[in-house]
Amino acid sequence: MSERVLMKGNEAFGEAAIRGGCRYYVGYPITPQNELTEFMSREMSKRGGKFVQAESELASINMAYGIAAAGGNVFVSSASPGIALMQEGLSFICSAELPLVALNVSRGGPGIGGIQPGQADYNQVTRGGGNGDYHIPVFAPASIQESIDMLYDAFSLADEWRNPIMILADGMIGQMMEPVTLPEPKIPVSEAEIAIRKPWALSGTKKGNRSVVKSLRMQPNDLEKHVEKLFEKYRQAEKELVKYDTDRIEDAEVVFVSFGTTARIVSEVIDMLTEDGIKAGLIRPISLWPFPEEAFSKLNPKTKVVISAELNMGQMMTDVKAAVCGRFPVRLINRTGGIIPTSLEIYERAKKILGEYR
Amino acid sequence: MATQKMFFSGFGGQGVLMIGRNIAYAAMLEGKEVTFLPSYGPEMRGGTANCTVIVSDKSISSPLIYEADLVCVMNLPSLIKFERMVKPKKFLFVNSSIISQSATRSDIQTAYVNANEIAKGLGNEKAANMVMLGAIVKKTGVVSFDSIEHVMEKTFAGKKQSVIDLNRNALHAWD
Repeated sequence: MSERVLMKGNEAFGEAAIRGGCRYYVGYPITPQNELTEFMSREMSKRGGKFVQAESELASINMAYGIAAAGGNVFVSSASPGIALMQEGLSFICSAELPLVALNVSRGGPGIGGIQPGQADYNQVTRGGGNGDYHIPVFAPASIQESIDMLYDAFSLADEWRNPIMILADGMIGQMMEPVTLPEPKIPVSEAEIAIRKPWALSGTKKGNRSVVKSLRMQPNDLEKHVEKLFEKYRQAEKELVKYDTDRIEDAEVVFVSFGTTARIVSEVIDMLTEDGIKAGLIRPISLWPFPEEAFSKLNPKTKVVISAELNMGQMMTDVKAAVCGRFPVRLINRTGGIIPTSLEIYERAKKILGEYR
Repeated sequence: MATQKMFFSGFGGQGVLMIGRNIAYAAMLEGKEVTFLPSYGPEMRGGTANCTVIVSDKSISSPLIYEADLVCVMNLPSLIKFERMVKPKKFLFVNSSIISQSATRSDIQTAYVNANEIAKGLGNEKAANMVMLGAIVKKTGVVSFDSIEHVMEKTFAGKKQSVIDLNRNALHAWD
């Protein structure tokens, strides 16, 4: 195992992507992920890759669309309003069934919003802001090591599913430093190999067969059949890509549901409540789509309340309510606009809520 | 030491993030778990800058803190704003070269470090942050001088010998 190094989230994202097989990066600067674009501008050419600073996010995603169509392992990153600008492209790429890795280092919204950490892109990334029927698997890391592991795996996962994979981090994970262990770099795929591994790719005319990559289907019958085919894939993804962590939910009377940065803070809250003799637990969705509904079947009948803790106005609560399915009351503890609550604030609010059900 | 929560604050250019990052890095070398969380925003020289560092024997949940075992303030606005964060009986480090006011609390251990004057005496006022870092290491033992020197070797690799000497001298200047 290689040695532990102290790395900033934004640089770790880039290093993990390169080690995971990223050969093309297209980006446009935006806070709080600028160090990533800077890192890629410095590292990609040294490591056998290509870096493009596009003129806008719209250009980024469409350049990436082209690279993906040609079979390249491509990575785009941005922050909330920048990811919003990429939604049209993501819809096209899903329809064209192309692999791509996208990272959202999210901040406060709506609109241009602010630059401090936020989780208000939950709906944007799990529902899709583009047109039409499609899904993008979304994973939310809670530490820098977990971000590294996710990005390292994301490129082969995108290839396997022929679909974009989204990583939803936030400004805090992007800016924070933690000790990490880096995985061994994967061997880059050569152009000759692309034609073999990705027979669907537009990898040149010499290979004999003709590949077609498109999202336009004028005949309703064709389009319906295509969408149904996509959804067979998504139904499979719903079974295979679900990922979550649980902590002390077996006998918990209050169960928090929280992801990313907020889940870290909630972990401390659970320790504080435990010290008070209150049994508390956590479900941490790691895949946000597919949402880990199965985790909620493990809730014990003594649970008094489920609390969704998030940095938005309660976007995930819709999924939590659907998963809880009326068995327990669901409440919200939130801050928004770029404010991250301390463990003390969540602890006090949780005790107040719990008081209503005891 | 189970968990040490630390907070460093000053104005941009004083090197407060550098103090925090050196401690985080040194603690990692000692096999500890660490988190280093800088404030970020439209930062500029003369603006405010702060960072939170947690060092622990076990894995760290929240990288954010609302109270600290150690608060280090390099300018007056930081003293006024963050003195309250210090846990009773714990440490407050005040850069007394810049801050003429005293701490208002008497239930904490306050150390006044004339960091800028000491650094100026060594030949470069910019090393004030290293003087403060040395004071913190000496008084609290949160990490060892050996680890910090090891970090400095890495941080200053390729720099002029005079820069390395200045910073090493600054690290050991306060007593």
